[in-house]
Amino acid sequence: MASFFASEFFHNYKRSSSAIIGSALMISFAFAVLVGPFLVAQNPYDIASLNLMDSYKPPMWLPGGEAQFPLGTDGQGRDVWASILYGARISLFIGVVAMVASCFIGTVLGLIAGFYGGIVDSVIMRIADIQLSFPSILIALFLMSAVGTGVDKVLIALTAVGWVVYARTVRGSTLSEIEKEYVQAARVAGLPNHKIIRKHVLPNVLTPLIVIATIQVGTFVLIEASLSFLGVGVPITQPSLGLLIKNGFDVLFSGLWWTSVFPGVAIMMLVFGINLFGDFLRDELNPRLK
Amino acid sequence: MTTGETPILEVRDLEMHFPIGGGILDRLRVGVRGISLDNPVVHAVNGVSFKIARGEIMALVGESGCGKSTVAKTIARIYQPTGGEIHVEGQDIAGMGFSDLLPVRARMQMIFQDPYASLNPRQRVRDIVAEPLLEQTKDAQARKEVPRRIEELLARVGLNAEHAGRYPHQFSGGQRQRIGIARALSVTPGLIIADEPVSALDVSIQAQILNLMSDLRDEFGLAYLFISHDLSVVNHIADQIGVMYLGFLVEHGPRDALFSKPRHPYTRALLSAAPSIKEKRDTEEIVLSGEVPSALELPSGCCFRTRCPFAWDRCATERPQLQDVGEGQTVACHLIDAPERDTA
Amino acid sequence: MTKADDHPLLSVRNLRTYFHTFSGTVKAVDGVSFDIGQGEVMGLVGESGGGKSVVGFSILGLIDSPGRIEDGEILLNGKDLVTAGEAALRDIRGRNVSMVFQDPMTSLNPLHTVGRQMDEVLRLHTDLDARARHVACIEMLESVGISRASERLKSYPHQFSGGMRQRVVIAIALLARPGLIIADEPTTALDVTIQSQILKLMRQQIAEKGASMILITHDLAVVSEMADHITVLYCGKVVERGLTRDLISAPSHPYTRGLIASIPDATDRQDRLSQIPGSVPDIRNLPMGCNFRERCPRAQALCAQQEPELMPQHGSLRAACHFPLAPGDTA
Ligand SMILES: Nc1ncnc2c1ncn2[C@@H]1O[C@H](COP(=O)(O)OP(=O)(O)OP(=O)(O)O)[C@@H](O)[C@H]1O
Ligand SMILES: Nc1ncnc2c1ncn2[C@@H]1O[C@H](COP(=O)(O)OP(=O)(O)OP(=O)(O)O)[C@@H](O)[C@H]1O
Ligand code: SF4
Ligand SMILES: [Mg+2]
Ligand SMILES: [Mg+2]
Repeated sequence: MASFFASEFFHNYKRSSSAIIGSALMISFAFAVLVGPFLVAQNPYDIASLNLMDSYKPPMWLPGGEAQFPLGTDGQGRDVWASILYGARISLFIGVVAMVASCFIGTVLGLIAGFYGGIVDSVIMRIADIQLSFPSILIALFLMSAVGTGVDKVLIALTAVGWVVYARTVRGSTLSEIEKEYVQAARVAGLPNHKIIRKHVLPNVLTPLIVIATIQVGTFVLIEASLSFLGVGVPITQPSLGLLIKNGFDVLFSGLWWTSVFPGVAIMMLVFGINLFGDFLRDELNPRLK
Repeated sequence: MTTGETPILEVRDLEMHFPIGGGILDRLRVGVRGISLDNPVVHAVNGVSFKIARGEIMALVGESGCGKSTVAKTIARIYQPTGGEIHVEGQDIAGMGFSDLLPVRARMQMIFQDPYASLNPRQRVRDIVAEPLLEQTKDAQARKEVPRRIEELLARVGLNAEHAGRYPHQFSGGQRQRIGIARALSVTPGLIIADEPVSALDVSIQAQILNLMSDLRDEFGLAYLFISHDLSVVNHIADQIGVMYLGFLVEHGPRDALFSKPRHPYTRALLSAAPSIKEKRDTEEIVLSGEVPSALELPSGCCFRTRCPFAWDRCATERPQLQDVGEGQTVACHLIDAPERDTA
Repeated sequence: MTKADDHPLLSVRNLRTYFHTFSGTVKAVDGVSFDIGQGEVMGLVGESGGGKSVVGFSILGLIDSPGRIEDGEILLNGKDLVTAGEAALRDIRGRNVSMVFQDPMTSLNPLHTVGRQMDEVLRLHTDLDARARHVACIEMLESVGISRASERLKSYPHQFSGGMRQRVVIAIALLARPGLIIADEPTTALDVTIQSQILKLMRQQIAEKGASMILITHDLAVVSEMADHITVLYCGKVVERGLTRDLISAPSHPYTRGLIASIPDATDRQDRLSQIPGSVPDIRNLPMGCNFRERCPRAQALCAQQEPELMPQHGSLRAACHFPLAPGDTA
């Protein structure tokens, strides 16, 4: 660990304000998501704790606002701040889980395509090409309308969209990796293919995925928000940030702006933080730019 | 070469052609005569034959792209040859599958050119060196012996035990090449295929590695297939030499015969072009012109005729075969039959 | 001509080029001095990482961050290039000094025809009109041995073979008739038969045009055939320099001696080559005293305490060694 703090990576991190802002945002969100729900009095999903008398309270600094509801309340008397903490939890959960699943499936398919080549490669990569010729959100929308709504359905749709970028990257690195002499040395040593892939190819194709994975969490949060906003994402019982925006959207122009603007700001800060940090990682991990 | 003994390696008519079609869509040709599939093939190796006896060093020389590495990698069965036979201690391995090859791998190992690319940057030195040995050692008791053996090997190539826990990037080029040699030695092979083992090293380090390789030969009776484009290195280390051009062996023979009486025009050009720090002996230099043909479309007749100063019409129609010119030297050139044309 | 004799064409004085990297300062070139006269070829040899290329880049003013020329003078015709501005340097590059790199692909633009790239050099550095430039390009290509030159001008770099491309690069380097050519491993990537053609061509062109050349290479055999005098670098410092025949036949620095002795010799085959033990020290972490002492067979206590300075030796040689070899000394 000491060597990490003495490393060039950490040195550059300290000097990059965008990396610090980005990671600070990411850490605050991670913190808010993990412990936030324990800090707020109200559980916005617990109907019993809601009071219709509290509906549409403005943020606390506006006339009529109450300290109990710092960012105001929505039509059911839900605390917007508490909803954001719970909603970010769902948004991030979806983003991270879908990223892990995409990364796993994409990496495996990319390794197989790159290592074995031939017809397997052609099939996998043509599917990837076709997918890439449509906007992700369109494919996700299409899938959602086919399979129905729900957190699990959103995860499936995002994974179906997300694996392609890993598969392509991994396939490319695998192709250049298997030309390397140490892979040939492993063949001469008599290693079977699965060991060559596991010990020699896989560890050397992972680095570029770190950047893709980081940025993809942000992308997924946005896609999920769009799906939910369009009404085909998560169910009303598990409101993500996107659904919060949608719910508040109907009353946005009747002066009750806070119910959708604050969740929107939350998404923006989350995705902005992820992208800032992702860009820093990209510069650091790409030896060609150095 | 002793005639009675089975050679450790005998290669007969080795042929390696790479199809480079790409996907079906890339190769599809639509012409007036309908649809056809293009099948471009790189003729990397076109029928190479030689033998290496135990403890003998055979060198392959030739210019970039002439197929030296492909010969090496096909013999090491990184590639499956498209034709010919590869006998290791009398056993043909050309068509063998993965599990049959495993015991052969204990008798034949390989050293690579690039000391940076030939070691996995994410493995520790001890794991790198142990890799071939562990594949051969399935018995749990014997596997316990492996770490001690690795230490011995590292010591033998001039590294110490403390180096075993480090990663490759902490070593210089010459030290990395030693690690690669230790890896090849781990299974006590009788034959080592060395693909340009010193080309990427500084002159002062080259000498260290060449000395190490000849010491190991004396100590373990190793035979080498030694690939190089540096004639002074080859002259130093090899017992017999094969000269390759465009995937063909154009001349082959014992070192002294080949260096003192090169017969093929290409060998002569190669020898006279090699720079030297000694005052040049006044041999007339054979100057080549013209371009090296592509291995995708071999020229008719002699593969060297596009650059050969002596070429005449026979060279374009008939491919010269290797023929014996005495002292174990063989040459593939029509000039042997028409010495009056040899004006240089 | 008397004026020119007063100072050499290029005079490098105490050049120091350092790279300030995260893991320490790399003193890639540390106090290097040499002179090159009109029409001379100087060989610059040494171990990989010894600073040969950085010397070449420093002369052309092509050192980028984290590198910096810390100290020293580079006098071209008496004018200091270290203090010259970027505009002046840009004018000097190509017109007065040009460079040939190891990999011809890095110096040719794959998107433009060879003719266009040649024309551009002439447009920048001469006042010739379009017709005259076209004629000059054809003549130059023919003089480097490329036939059907007017057709070849319309080709793209990838349509040439490696050896042909290097000829094109040499033609471009010679176009503006520069006084000095810096050739950084110009033939390392080529086969011996092609290498010998290219070297001959360079020698002949330089003689014809009266230019001087710095030939950077790690191949002693090549410099010994090409150069008038040789400078040997080790860890960023000149360890020996002198006329080629003196330096090759009786080197006085143990490193030069070791280098020459470790080349396999066709006429005198021993079973073992003589070798320099050990490896080059980490340039960020050089030992006290002489940089070569850990590998040197002649090292004594003094070598660990004091850094040797470049001193005159026998013949034309100057070497930085406390215990230099006299002609005839062994080891
Ligand atoms: N895997 C491959 N697929 C297709 N073509 C190949 C492959 N490997 C080699 N070739 C081609 O085969 C020919 C011989 O290549 P090879 O690497 O054996 O040459 P070489 O003599 O080792 O050259 P060098 O001195 O540059 O290493 C070349 O034309 C090369 O492009
Ligand atoms: N941009 C850079 N940043 C950091 N260090 C550098 C940079 N360029 C060169 N160096 C260092 O400067 C030293 C000299 O490098 P240089 O390229 O001049 O060596 P060389 O003698 O040309 O070697 P070679 O024979 O391998 O080309 C090396 O230790 C190298 O690591
Ligand atoms: S066969 Fe003909 S073309 Fe080939 S090398 Fe001999 S003389 Fe030259
Ligand atoms: Mg090769
Ligand atoms: Mg260099």
